Amino acid sequence: VFFFQIFAFLGLMCLILAIGNGIWEYDKGYYFQVYLPWAEGVNSASYSGFLMFWSYVIILNTVVPISLYVSVEIIRLGNSFYIDWDRKMYYPLNDTPAQARTTTLNEELGQIKYVFSDKTGTLTQNIMCFNKCSINGKSYGDVYDMSGQRIEINENTEKVDFSYNQLADPKFAFYDHSLVEAVKLSDVPTHRFFRLLSLCHTVMPEEKKEGNLVYQAQSPDEGALVTAARNFGFVFRARTPETITVVEMGETKVYKLLAILDFNNVRKRMSVIVRSPEGDLTLYCKGADTILYELLHSSCDSLKEETTEHLNEFAGEALRTLVVAYKNLDEDYFQDWIRRHHEASTALEGREEKLSELYEEIEKDLMLLGATAIEDKLQDGVPQTIETLAKANIKIWVLTGDKQETAMNIGYSCNLLNDDMEDVFIIEGRTSDDVLNELRNARKKMKPDSFLDSDEVNIQFEKSSKKPKIIPDEQANGVYGLVITGHSLAYALEGNLELELVRTACMCKVVICCRVTPLQKAQVVELVKKYKKAVTLAIGDGANDVSMIKTAHIGVGISGQEGMQAVLSSDFSFAQFRYLQRLLLVHGRWSYIRMCKFLKYFFYKNFAFTLVHFWYGFFSGFSAQTVYDEWFITLYNLVYTSLPVLGMSLFDQDVDDRWSMLFPQLYVPGQQNLYFNKMVFVKCMLQGIYSSLILFFIPYGAMYNTMRSDGKAIADYQSFALMAQTCLLIVVSVQIGLDTSYWTVVNQFFIWGSLSVYFAITFTMYSDGMYLIFTASFPFVGTARNTLSQPNVWLAIFLSITLCVLPVVGFRFLKAQLKPTPSDKVLLKIKEAKKRPPPPSPKRRLRRTSTRRSGYAFSHQHGFGALIMSGRNMRPKSPFATTGTFSPNSDKYKHKVL
Amino acid sequence: MKNKASLPPQEGEARPSRCPDNSAFKQQKLPAWKPQLTLASVLSSFFLIGMFCLSVGVCLILSANSVREIQIDYSDKCADCSKLRENSSNWNKECHCSVNFMLKEDILGDVFMYYGLQNFYQNHRRYVISRSDAQLLGRNVNIQKSYCAPFTTYRNRTPMAPCGAIANSMFNDTIDLFYNLNSSVIQVPLLKTGNSWWTDKNVKFRNPKSYNLSSAFAGTARPPYWQKPVYLLDEEDERNNGYVNDDFIIWMRVSAFATFRNLYRRVRRIRQFADGLPAGNYTFRISYNFPVTKFKGRKHVILSTVVWSGGSNPFLGIAYVVTGTAATLAGFVITAIHLKLRKKKTYFQK
Repeated sequence: VFFFQIFAFLGLMCLILAIGNGIWEYDKGYYFQVYLPWAEGVNSASYSGFLMFWSYVIILNTVVPISLYVSVEIIRLGNSFYIDWDRKMYYPLNDTPAQARTTTLNEELGQIKYVFSDKTGTLTQNIMCFNKCSINGKSYGDVYDMSGQRIEINENTEKVDFSYNQLADPKFAFYDHSLVEAVKLSDVPTHRFFRLLSLCHTVMPEEKKEGNLVYQAQSPDEGALVTAARNFGFVFRARTPETITVVEMGETKVYKLLAILDFNNVRKRMSVIVRSPEGDLTLYCKGADTILYELLHSSCDSLKEETTEHLNEFAGEALRTLVVAYKNLDEDYFQDWIRRHHEASTALEGREEKLSELYEEIEKDLMLLGATAIEDKLQDGVPQTIETLAKANIKIWVLTGDKQETAMNIGYSCNLLNDDMEDVFIIEGRTSDDVLNELRNARKKMKPDSFLDSDEVNIQFEKSSKKPKIIPDEQANGVYGLVITGHSLAYALEGNLELELVRTACMCKVVICCRVTPLQKAQVVELVKKYKKAVTLAIGDGANDVSMIKTAHIGVGISGQEGMQAVLSSDFSFAQFRYLQRLLLVHGRWSYIRMCKFLKYFFYKNFAFTLVHFWYGFFSGFSAQTVYDEWFITLYNLVYTSLPVLGMSLFDQDVDDRWSMLFPQLYVPGQQNLYFNKMVFVKCMLQGIYSSLILFFIPYGAMYNTMRSDGKAIADYQSFALMAQTCLLIVVSVQIGLDTSYWTVVNQFFIWGSLSVYFAITFTMYSDGMYLIFTASFPFVGTARNTLSQPNVWLAIFLSITLCVLPVVGFRFLKAQLKPTPSDKVLLKIKEAKKRPPPPSPKRRLRRTSTRRSGYAFSHQHGFGALIMSGRNMRPKSPFATTGTFSPNSDKYKHKVL
Repeated sequence: MKNKASLPPQEGEARPSRCPDNSAFKQQKLPAWKPQLTLASVLSSFFLIGMFCLSVGVCLILSANSVREIQIDYSDKCADCSKLRENSSNWNKECHCSVNFMLKEDILGDVFMYYGLQNFYQNHRRYVISRSDAQLLGRNVNIQKSYCAPFTTYRNRTPMAPCGAIANSMFNDTIDLFYNLNSSVIQVPLLKTGNSWWTDKNVKFRNPKSYNLSSAFAGTARPPYWQKPVYLLDEEDERNNGYVNDDFIIWMRVSAFATFRNLYRRVRRIRQFADGLPAGNYTFRISYNFPVTKFKGRKHVILSTVVWSGGSNPFLGIAYVVTGTAATLAGFVITAIHLKLRKKKTYFQK
């Protein structure tokens, strides 16, 4: 980016010197021909100037740092290795370390503005977990200590012992002992509750070995409920089209399955009608609270209130809830109903309507049993990570194939959406116009004056009508969220709505896109890349995320259960979503800061080095005479200054990883690219120019018309060269010392080592032996000994260092005092905080105070009731039979995710 | 289930864990010194450096002021000679002139005599390279390969010894100093050796080996501007003749700038001059051979003493004083700014 400017600068310098040479040759060189005739073929001052232009191009080309590329690659490689080596990004459970699969993007990790994340497998583990329940007005699931204080559940909390139950699933964990007590005491509602859970579902059991039950559930929610019942002693063991075998507290019972009143999106509930071995007819029903509450018998009103309270509590913790209820059926009524049901299900016309009418008829006056609460298990540390990333001003877009309900629920549970937000806009228009209106309304609310002609963005659009334009960031008047469905997204991604979508969505802190296809995921990323000058990162785990991962600037793959496609197409991979904050806030930030410091220093040192030749041109007849020994010119970038700057850019840390995580604001300068942009480049150029002036004129002044302390002349060219190059090298070494904020042993070794190597090499090259062997190569014989023994040479060196470095020190200090950047303030805060012992990294669980009723625990599809009742795909007489081709979890579920 | 659960660790034993090493280097936790720009360090560096620079500067100025220096521009004083030298055909005509000056006070200590040139671009790139170091080492080399052109050979292919533009343009005025004491004229004894670097005299320059010097340079010719061949530079002293002649060596150490001075002679401290140069009238008697008017140059002759810091150049002293003052002032400014800021901060906190 800066190379054009550098080339222009180089050209300008050479032009000035060439013109200077022309004038000099005309004015002085012409007369000086007595002693120094013009070179062969040169017959005019202007031709000499022309030749000198190219000579100076050769001499001054060191401003164009070619060796920069090599060093940049080394630094990137080193910083990638740090990612591979980080134990804090290693996941011991499946032995997966983080992996940097490309080594060229490290510093961009420090500039991320948009994170596009998949949901399932990335934010969530895709594991549902029976967490709490409310039975007959009593809430179970929380653990209290002796004083009645609620205890945080962690790894050390004692789990409930299910050893009384041979068929229990060992992976199931529950912490509230009172529920087991209730089960053991044969509390009737509790037993009925778990009986319901073990009967009312469409799960298929699989028992390959005696006692080793595996459930195949259409939705993980159902599986979780059935597993819970299993552990508490109501083991769903086998099913045939007509029967369900349940082991109730060790006693095998076979229930006759008379009907499954299946789930659909309108009903939002499912029921089964079973006949118990005792002959009782019962309807068991579970469903969304809003629906089921309408169907309850009026005798349950008081219980309803208590349960509602519990439901609110569960919802506050972002659990997925279901209300369960039952109803004892009258034999005659049921016979009549089942007959009509049979008729309806064989009807040729309007079958659906007839069936749902029948369902509604029987599912009423239900007796409330209680409620279940299922946790859609987030990956560890997801809410904290999202909170941290949000503080770091990173905008998070969740792109998921799930339904809006589920997606929003997850949004709430991982703290993406919360009640502190002014509003969460939901875009679900089914036509292009609807979508446009919804987007416009959202924008109007967020930033009313963005519709005025005076708005900056609008003005910009007016100006450049055609070109693909970059939309500047707009600030909303609060914190907003946006939820958009796949349908609406399809319209929004079309030509004229694109801009509207970008402007609206980018003002929101959080965007959730649900029901999106893999292609749409990529399109969304593409959209942001196209209109925003920002670095994007996509993170996902499955094959459906590959397109998005490939589209984004940086793709991160979660090496989870869903195969390797995402990892293989990613730039970085690790096992847990929470490592993202470390990757960005620690590794990304360090890489970015290191790269910027490196570039700044590299340009500075090359400017300081090269421009001395420029000034010398004015004193040497613009003859392209170099200031330094040619060996010094060769070795300067290669040997003398390469290692210290590499050391800095491999080891430097302004604050350590803990503080970078505690103060995510430190990430913001990277997003705005504050540490290396045109301004910074110009600044380090000016600093280089200033240093080169000092580095030329101090030795010049110190040597001009004076002599050594033994009376011999001092101002010979070789002494001057040695003095200038020694000044330069010490100054740039002190400068790197000033830039280094983290002095490890390696840094010390590199800096002191480079200086000593300089003196060692210099004394060797200027020694008698080298001169006698390679006379033509080392003409500086004796210069080091004779010059560096002079006190005024060292005084001049000290003065140049002082003049080069002290102003920088003062300037940096005053800048931090007078005009502190936000990150300066944070650093100051950290400095103060460091005096105290560092606070333990916050491990608190985020408490949500949401009153929002969260999603009901169903997969949002038709159930498999009909399939089960039909007996197709089931081998009736073999209760232990594998389910054969019927494995909804593996096939169907995946489609849903897509 | 239990069996299964215990399997992965066994696999883990067979296959080494991929868990990264817990070394300080790999975890980026190398112990480090983290210096920061604190008020104390900044202020102390400014004040300490400021004080140091001030004191060094004062010392430098004082010592530079104690240097006695007399500089006489004789390029115009010998106008006749300079006219004569403008025409190169008069190269072998001798021309002498004298320059008188008076010392009001004694110059005590070692006194050095320099010749100074102005506007003479010894640092021009083509000039600097126009020499053959191998030839000056007394080696029998083909100087055609060096950058000596056009001062390499004559048309008849006789090589020049020494070759190159530097050697050819060697300063060849002879300057003698006379002390006029009571109408008698005493020549001030001057040392013409020991004026160059030891390394130059003993390592960098060597005469070709032969039984005598003139035969060593047989088959070569003097550079065109020279009046005598190289083996006659100092006929009195064998060890100061040929390439190892001090005047020659000093000239060959090209200057970094177009204005420069080279050590020419040292006053030998014997007899009246044991303590230096006594006050009185002196005369420089100059044999004017080196033309400077052609390229608008100037020539000087300089008498000077030296101190530990060199000659009378006040630059370093002044630069140090200025730097020291600036650093100290900057220190005060920073203190003031800091105090003001802190006041503001406490004000806001209230």
